[in-house]
Amino acid sequence: MALDRWIALIFIAFCCIYGYAAFFTMDQLLPPFMQRNPVWPSTFPKVLSVLGILVGLIVLFGLEKSAEQSEPSATDINYRRLHEYNLVQALSLLGLMVVYALALRPAGFLLATMVFLAGGSAILGERRWLTMLLVAAIASGAVWYLVQEVLGIFLRPLPFFLR
Amino acid sequence: MLEGIMIGLSAAFSVQNLLMVVAGCLIGTFIGMLPGLGPMSIIAIMIPVAITLGDPTAALILLAGVYYGAIFGGSTSSILLNAPGVAGTVATSFDGYPMARKGQAGKALTIAAVSSFAGGTIGAILLAIFAPALSTVALLFHSAEYFALMVVGLSAIAAFAGTGQVAKALMMTILGLILATVGEGALFNMPRFTMGLMDLQSGISFITLAMAMFALPEAIFLVLNPARSASGAEGGGSGKITGLRFSREEGRAILPVIGRQSVQGFFIGVLPGAGATIASFLGYAVERNIASGKEQAEFGKGSVKGLAAPETANNAACTGSFVPLLTLGIPGSGTTAILLGALIALNVTPGPRLMVDEPDIFWAVIISMYIGNLVLLILNLPLIPYIAKILAIPRNYLIPFILFFTLMGAYIGQNNATELLLLVGLGVLATILRFADYPLAPLLIGFILGTMLENNFARSMQLYRGLDFIWERPMTLALLVLAVLLVLLPTYRARRARKRAEGVADGD
Repeated sequence: MALDRWIALIFIAFCCIYGYAAFFTMDQLLPPFMQRNPVWPSTFPKVLSVLGILVGLIVLFGLEKSAEQSEPSATDINYRRLHEYNLVQALSLLGLMVVYALALRPAGFLLATMVFLAGGSAILGERRWLTMLLVAAIASGAVWYLVQEVLGIFLRPLPFFLR
Repeated sequence: MLEGIMIGLSAAFSVQNLLMVVAGCLIGTFIGMLPGLGPMSIIAIMIPVAITLGDPTAALILLAGVYYGAIFGGSTSSILLNAPGVAGTVATSFDGYPMARKGQAGKALTIAAVSSFAGGTIGAILLAIFAPALSTVALLFHSAEYFALMVVGLSAIAAFAGTGQVAKALMMTILGLILATVGEGALFNMPRFTMGLMDLQSGISFITLAMAMFALPEAIFLVLNPARSASGAEGGGSGKITGLRFSREEGRAILPVIGRQSVQGFFIGVLPGAGATIASFLGYAVERNIASGKEQAEFGKGSVKGLAAPETANNAACTGSFVPLLTLGIPGSGTTAILLGALIALNVTPGPRLMVDEPDIFWAVIISMYIGNLVLLILNLPLIPYIAKILAIPRNYLIPFILFFTLMGAYIGQNNATELLLLVGLGVLATILRFADYPLAPLLIGFILGTMLENNFARSMQLYRGLDFIWERPMTLALLVLAVLLVLLPTYRARRARKRAEGVADGD
């Protein structure tokens, strides 16, 4: 089964859960005065879950004929060639983003950003450490200044132990 | 209308707003040139900046400038590197890149800029004519018609998704609508589908979603497949760009092309779901078909007409896509959907009332589009050889920065680190969906229209105590029928075409 059909299957399952939540769990909580309304908070989700399941089934069973596939070019992206791609790099970068999200508050913006930018370059294979750190340091300083001073949005600059 | 133009002129010609146009165009060109960052990602990144400006006119002008700049930047990388940053400029590379290979990069860029300018300008004039007229009609609309109109918009987006993609696009639209139900809506005072998480109480931020749907997957693709960005190495990125002039004959050749394509492109742009990509491909195809035999052979090998057609059409279509946004408050493309989100964040509700209540915003945007085109022509074009240096930035540095700006865009708006985790999660989902060839723009449009769709639906239901509004308002019924037809038509036509093809085969 092709990837797009697997996704349709997962989508149908998701719609079933969503529909279950809409049909059976939402209405009990509804205060009596709102029950007199023609539209309940669960009305729209109910419609959506049914529509979602229907469309999902159409995709799953391939009722709509797809267009002829042309030969993909070198710059196209194709999951069948996933093993030829830099999968490790991509996953490490995603991991780095998660680490950044978790570290942003405790470590402070400047440190977290520097590590993120330098680490990202390192994952991609950059080995000129000095240039890398310099670029990362200047960039994080500049962005912090822009966001904090020019845009006026507070970003905690320093790690927790220096605060 | 003249009065409106005067209001717009006085608003747009303030020092601040002129600066916004120039800054927007430059930033847009700069980032739009980078492979993989299309106008949607750039606008999404710029939204926090625009929102902190506080003034909706200035913010919208900045974002419109960024939009134009990004399209122009996309054309530049199409011409110089054969690496279109945006789907709307793919057709530009058909003839633009061969011209650059022949050493006419400068001329190709000028023709692209001039055609974009003409397309955008004529588009802006058409917009100034049609938008007020449509607004007048739209003032008669009630929530029932709005509900129906949004259904039409959503089904049109699916219908124009292409052969074999209609059901997938519909699926993505529904997923977007489902995501929009998360959080505490304005209509009901209760949280829905938050799974008890405080961070989901206010719903998913549309900037986070936009970043996750467009910027992040592109960045991941750039990592996965270096060929996507490597084309810069062999191309003329570092080469000299000289000879910006084109000859009088060439000018005469592209003049009718510009005239035809700016009108055609504009009207394609007005249609929801069509937009710049379809306009540019169609423009290219039409011009090739009506060209004389000798010129036809030139197409694809560096024809000036083949370059001018998609460039004019995509800019005119971009302008056209503002018509439904400004008059109905319904976005027809991913980019205008993002702009709509930005407007709502700025407390401006686009729609027919916009022209009546806040004419200065409405007209300033139209005027600034014109100024934006002028800025691109006289300021950006001479700077292109320098701006193109950004293409020389090594990938090892570029990609972490793209990822970082994606993160910042999501973080600044919300000031919440959980948002970043949501961004990464949704980004992975979007990447998988892209691998499976699902279109993502419908998802974002569904998400942005979801709340409005539900509100208008609920309001009509309450007014008519049930579904009667469908039968009692002929306009609503007509629109809903149109929506159904739009979805069914491509399927029907594909089936008939197949039947006919089979019939021919049998006959032989």
